[in-house]
Amino acid sequence: MTTTVQPRPGDPEITPALIKEHGITPGEYERVVAMLGRTPTLTEVGIVSALWSEHCSYKHSRPLLRTLPTEAPWVLQGPGENAGVIAVKDGLAVAFKIESHNHPSAVEPYQGAATGVGGILRDVFTMGARPVALLNSLRFGPLSSSRVRYLFAGVVKGIGDYGNCVGVPTVGGEVVFDPSYEGNPLVNAMCVGVLREEELIRAVAEGVGNPIIAVGARTGRDGIHGASFASEDLSEASEAKRPRVQVGDPFTEKLLLEASLELIKSGHIVAIQDMGAAGLTSSSAEMAARGDVGVTIDVTKVPVRESGMTPYEILLSESQERMLVVAHKGREDAVREILERWDLEAAVIGEVIAEPVYRVTEGDRVVAEFPGTRLVTDCPTYTIEKRESTALAAARALDPHGVTPLAEEADPIWTLERLLSSPTIASKAWVWRQYDSMVRTSTIVGPGSDAAVIRLRGTDAGVAMCIDGNGRYVALDPLVGGRIAVCEAARNVACAGARPRAITNNLNFGNPTKPEVYFQLANAVAGMGEACRVLETPVTGGNVSLYNENPQGAIHPTPTVGMVGVLDSLDHVTPTAFQRAGDQIVLLGDNTAELGASEYLQRIHGLTIGAPPSCDPAAERRLIDALLDAIASGLVRSAHDCSDGGLAVALAEKSVVRRDQPFGFAVDLTAWADLPLRALLFGEAQGRVVTTTSDADALLALMQRHGVPAQVIGEVTDASSGIEFVIGAVSARSALEPLARAFHDTIPGIMDGGSPAELAVATSHAPTTD
Amino acid sequence: MKVGIIRFPGSNCDEDAYHAVVDHLGAQAVFLWHKDHDLQGADLVILPGGFSYGDYLRAGAIARFSPIMREVVAHAERGAPVLAICNGFQIACEAGLLPGALLRNAQLRFVCEQVHLRVESIATRFSARYHIGQVIRIPVAHGDGRYTADGDTIARLEGEGRVVFRYVDAAGHVTHEANPNASLRNIAGIVNERGNVLGMMPHPERATDVRLGSADGLPLLHSIADALLTEVNA
Repeated sequence: MTTTVQPRPGDPEITPALIKEHGITPGEYERVVAMLGRTPTLTEVGIVSALWSEHCSYKHSRPLLRTLPTEAPWVLQGPGENAGVIAVKDGLAVAFKIESHNHPSAVEPYQGAATGVGGILRDVFTMGARPVALLNSLRFGPLSSSRVRYLFAGVVKGIGDYGNCVGVPTVGGEVVFDPSYEGNPLVNAMCVGVLREEELIRAVAEGVGNPIIAVGARTGRDGIHGASFASEDLSEASEAKRPRVQVGDPFTEKLLLEASLELIKSGHIVAIQDMGAAGLTSSSAEMAARGDVGVTIDVTKVPVRESGMTPYEILLSESQERMLVVAHKGREDAVREILERWDLEAAVIGEVIAEPVYRVTEGDRVVAEFPGTRLVTDCPTYTIEKRESTALAAARALDPHGVTPLAEEADPIWTLERLLSSPTIASKAWVWRQYDSMVRTSTIVGPGSDAAVIRLRGTDAGVAMCIDGNGRYVALDPLVGGRIAVCEAARNVACAGARPRAITNNLNFGNPTKPEVYFQLANAVAGMGEACRVLETPVTGGNVSLYNENPQGAIHPTPTVGMVGVLDSLDHVTPTAFQRAGDQIVLLGDNTAELGASEYLQRIHGLTIGAPPSCDPAAERRLIDALLDAIASGLVRSAHDCSDGGLAVALAEKSVVRRDQPFGFAVDLTAWADLPLRALLFGEAQGRVVTTTSDADALLALMQRHGVPAQVIGEVTDASSGIEFVIGAVSARSALEPLARAFHDTIPGIMDGGSPAELAVATSHAPTTD
Repeated sequence: MKVGIIRFPGSNCDEDAYHAVVDHLGAQAVFLWHKDHDLQGADLVILPGGFSYGDYLRAGAIARFSPIMREVVAHAERGAPVLAICNGFQIACEAGLLPGALLRNAQLRFVCEQVHLRVESIATRFSARYHIGQVIRIPVAHGDGRYTADGDTIARLEGEGRVVFRYVDAAGHVTHEANPNASLRNIAGIVNERGNVLGMMPHPERATDVRLGSADGLPLLHSIADALLTEVNA
């Protein structure tokens, strides 16, 4: 065998144009040449283009991500692995991670979203964890556009069909509609898995002579360059890149899941990793780099779907449902036996070697060779000049109180109804009815609450989880927006009765080489880091999705936070909805005059202006501690955080969210009569939770001990009494049914061909595109 | 009572059935691999929910040919009980254990939610613990659950009291809105002529713990255990 690397017959010449086509900058190319001491082959160019793509290398975000806190006594695995892991109770741990599939979903919503779910499931079960829950965070343009309705329906069906078939419940998430996502939807999927601490396995290649085994589906020509596709702006030409979107097969995934968990338990293997973005290339190079070992791979041994595939194609294919395994030498047959039981293939395609190189052969011919682990470690990182967009700074400076109210706003109930029928606030039951949220019979709290709760079988403990993010806040003030994303997620988990423990985050931003975008990225990360430190919820991993731009512009910068919390006892599970007439309604936290960046301004006035509400992580920490203390003391019958739409919407949601079991309420907000009325009712001041209790005195005393403002604002009434607000001389009343209709019937009305009037109301401020 | 739970490669409600039987009914349960030929002496066979072999062709169309199904059919032909849930119901229809077929839901979408069922017959070994006309809450989770059969078959099912469960509203009324998939005559569950095979789209094994929203599926499991005990004692 010759050990010199030579171009394959028929390879094109390596020209600047070819390098550019691969998304490699001239500076990066120089680094490659310096590393190799020669001109790279086409295969090597392909490998570099994948591994040094933004998607795989985090080259624009890594310096920023390093500033995030990643440690706590309960963190068993932080960033850098397939998923983060935290200890829970009695030797049980949870693995969790979030990942985006934005670009593929923009051109092929069904498969784009489905394969996103498949990828995140594999990230979790390759840690040795059994996936027990899925969540997702979705962003679309306004539903008035038929293209958006097509994307929305396709993404939801893709997520549902995949998770439902594999048998992992989809238990929660969020869906937001805003014009900024019109051409570039966001699809972030999160998975949570459960494992015993001793079963934790890492994707670290070790042991010279150990075989490297390709497992699962065969390698085809689908998804080649998916990682690079996800690392550039969307354009007219993106449609033509539809073949870069992979096709999912959830049945094979289910087989792979069972077989992988069996393999890990068997002790036959050393390491396992998903062949995800950049396929065989990234999985093999990353496992080798983590173990600081050499590897050699022979592409002719890789089981392929079609003949005539080149090394380039085999290495860069993103065919789904494949794993790369490093086994103990001599256990190859035992590995094969387990896979055959699940009707899956396993092929030894290489081995761990002593020589410090990353080598790819095609039979006897060496087609690529990189020294040591430098393929992974030599990727440059970039720090870009930061400059705030003058347009966004100007929008923030606008005074929301100066916006002239519409005549109809004289009746706050009109405004409330409009907000409840905003697709962002309205019930998403149309979405989650399509997800099997109950399989595995462990879903204690499913979709439609502040956070979902899964029980840990065999214990009295539970795990709460949610995803949150508000792009409008981040657009108008990235630092504050970043803080709020973490604090709101923590508040939601606490409202369900759980102690927030750790986060995984997905940073969805525009093109980072633009100073205005880098400003957003850097400040949002800084804000998230601040909040994570104060709340003691370290970041255990996540995903960065940049270049979310299209000819119409960039998306709102949208970091999404997947928060995981722990309930020591399922007795602490706390519902969102009102539970009993006669209960006192106690507001935790305080109302303010803040109205900027609100859903109210967007929905009623079509405006994204003003400063987002201020956010004090220390106050949030006190609120969460106090709330959890109150819940553990049995003082809280229900809890719901105030977010989109403010206090009035939070109260109305508690009334009508359970359509089969509605309640009314009567509240008196006279104590805040000096605040602007719309800010009091619809402003989105942070750090507020609406609770109900049968013992208000005890709850108020407990809050006082914790230094958390709290006040009785009213009481829960029978549904027949409807709702009532009194604010000094102003009062407003409504029956429940119109509010329930606004909340529950809006999205089905739009998606299932409701009346044109409803469609017009739901979308009157949105630009139409069709 | 020993319960055998068939495990096809794409079954995903097998463990839920196991926990329902073992944790909540207190009976013994074993998993039966689809490639095997042995029911290991199971008194009751459960065909659980899931996607047997991916169900890309037609739900249950391939599963009926799996090795274990020959034993399941023989078990049913002996008059022993088979509980076929969701994908299991689809497989039972494909295998000829039950009449009719399950079509794609009328809205062409997967649907997962708690639904109300009315108990239409208590003269079966699956429903004796309910009372006639009782409204129970059991979840559904399926994309292909729209029961259909030819007119004669429907007439016989109705005439012979073989429709065991029907989708109704909370008040027990048979309505269009209460029918999650547009099944003919709101049919949610039926038994075969001999009364030993029950097929139903809703998931009784998911309704065995009030913490999960309902325990209305437990009487179904208890009914089967009662019937088996009676047989042994007879």
